[in-house]
Amino acid sequence: MNGESLAELAGVSKRYGSVVALDGLDLDVRRGELLAILGPNGAGKTTAISLLLGLQQPDTGKASLFHQSPQKLEARRQVGVMMQEVTLAEDLRVREHIDLIGHYYPDPLSPEAAMEMTRTTPLAARPYGKLSAGQKRQVQFAVAVCGRPKLLFLDEPTVGLDVQARAVLWETIRSLVKQGSSIVLTTHYLEEAQALADRVVVLAKGRLIASGTVSEMRALVSRKRITCSTTLTFEEIATWPGVESVTRDRELLHITVTDAEEVTRRLVIADPKVRDLEVHRAGLAEAFTELTQESAS
Amino acid sequence: MNATTFSAALPRHAAMSGRRLFGAYLAEAKYECLRALRAPAFAIPFLVLPVALYVLFGILMAGSMSHGDATVARIMFVNWSVFGMMGPGMFGFGIFVAQERDHGLLALKRALPMPPAAYLLAKMFMTMTFAAIIMVTLIVPGLAFGHLRLSVGQFLAVSLINIFGSLPFCAIGLFVGTLVSAKSAPAFVNLAYLPMMHLGGLFYPLPKSVQPLEFLSPAFYLAKLGLRVAGAPSLDQISGASGPSSYGHSTLYAAVLVAVTLLLGALAIRRLTRGIGQERAHKLPQAVSVPSKA
Repeated sequence: MNGESLAELAGVSKRYGSVVALDGLDLDVRRGELLAILGPNGAGKTTAISLLLGLQQPDTGKASLFHQSPQKLEARRQVGVMMQEVTLAEDLRVREHIDLIGHYYPDPLSPEAAMEMTRTTPLAARPYGKLSAGQKRQVQFAVAVCGRPKLLFLDEPTVGLDVQARAVLWETIRSLVKQGSSIVLTTHYLEEAQALADRVVVLAKGRLIASGTVSEMRALVSRKRITCSTTLTFEEIATWPGVESVTRDRELLHITVTDAEEVTRRLVIADPKVRDLEVHRAGLAEAFTELTQESAS
Repeated sequence: MNATTFSAALPRHAAMSGRRLFGAYLAEAKYECLRALRAPAFAIPFLVLPVALYVLFGILMAGSMSHGDATVARIMFVNWSVFGMMGPGMFGFGIFVAQERDHGLLALKRALPMPPAAYLLAKMFMTMTFAAIIMVTLIVPGLAFGHLRLSVGQFLAVSLINIFGSLPFCAIGLFVGTLVSAKSAPAFVNLAYLPMMHLGGLFYPLPKSVQPLEFLSPAFYLAKLGLRVAGAPSLDQISGASGPSSYGHSTLYAAVLVAVTLLLGALAIRRLTRGIGQERAHKLPQAVSVPSKA
């Protein structure tokens, strides 16, 4: 990653009437990285992407794409897009959709290559309107990559996909990044960000509240999770200092703690026969919940 | 293998040759036609209905009532062809644009590097292709058994006037399509389509008191242009009324049609290019559940 910025929002604010969608947001997408944008509903993720794609103009601040205005066709010719909630023309066939969109780009993949890459070849002759929801998402992904974009925007790409299709999509995304493409991913699935992202930014109420690698984000929050099998009761452990919450999953207890060392020590003393003891650093899900809760308080 | 293909040919710059750009316009037009021809709810009414109604009312009924009168045959041909020109433009633009706005396709295409004029030009091309097909389907039965006698030049002139005359209806459809949702678009397009069709004086002479309203219908102007070329009077004129049909020059009729196209087209394009932000704004507040002040 050489750090060159391909897309940037600098001090961008955007309001819709009385609703502040973005509030002085700075964001940049660097060459060769997969940037995941996380945040609760209404955090401003879709607005941020719309500004980067030139679909809207910021009220204040500046949006740029490949160092030019996103309104410029030359800038957008280096970009592929997969949006949420799009219905492509239902009477056109899959291959025809990919062929059409490919024509917008200077040097696209052939429809056959794009379909092979996204494993949509068996759908080639099917009308778009006859596909399942998951197949439609796969075709939208094929449409997004068919122009060989340097920068790919994927807005909730795996919603509605079955496990197998999601695995294929993840694999394709990883291979695109390996070959030097940059990707901006917004997702509700934290495991997706955790599995794919080089860098994560968290938005809440139109502001950037955290930014870093997945492990930096996890380190930002102090929570850890202890799993064990014990004769101690659920209620007893819940009263200990440093314990945030306790859940039971069959014979295992999952204890979320802010002070893992102290709670582990006490656990071993209180139940010397404790078994299957494991201490984990919080996942991105816990980190994310904590960050957004802090920003809301 | 594909992976290599992908990276090896990452574009060094985003310039596009004139030829490729033209290819993008062509592809957009080709696929717009294909999808319209394949949509039964669109292709069947607008391609089959004009010829079916022309044969039934224009040839069989009017023909037998007038005992094969050549003037009536010309009037029927021109008027039913004008009827055929209205549907594809009004509904093709009105309903497709409203749907594509609602379904996010327009936003996707704006985010993608689609050449900006390609969207509307493709739809115009589709409408004009439909118009050309309709003209052929009316000329054939008219010549075969409709007592229609026009020179090749007249056929060509009426066809060209009508094919280009479908554009004001595109502009009206586009304007409606940018104003209303996909669900209500058919109703609103019909609200313009039906009165315009009847006020055009295409099917029967209008009572004299209603005739001034003919000026409101682009179909009236288009029919007058076609009738002039075909050397036939309008239905109002042969019924003896001397209302609006007796006024005006061809240039004036053409100017009105051009003005309607430009005015409504410009208003609609303005709404389209500014409208996306507003649409997003409608969606956004629903998603905001957190109060904006901490």
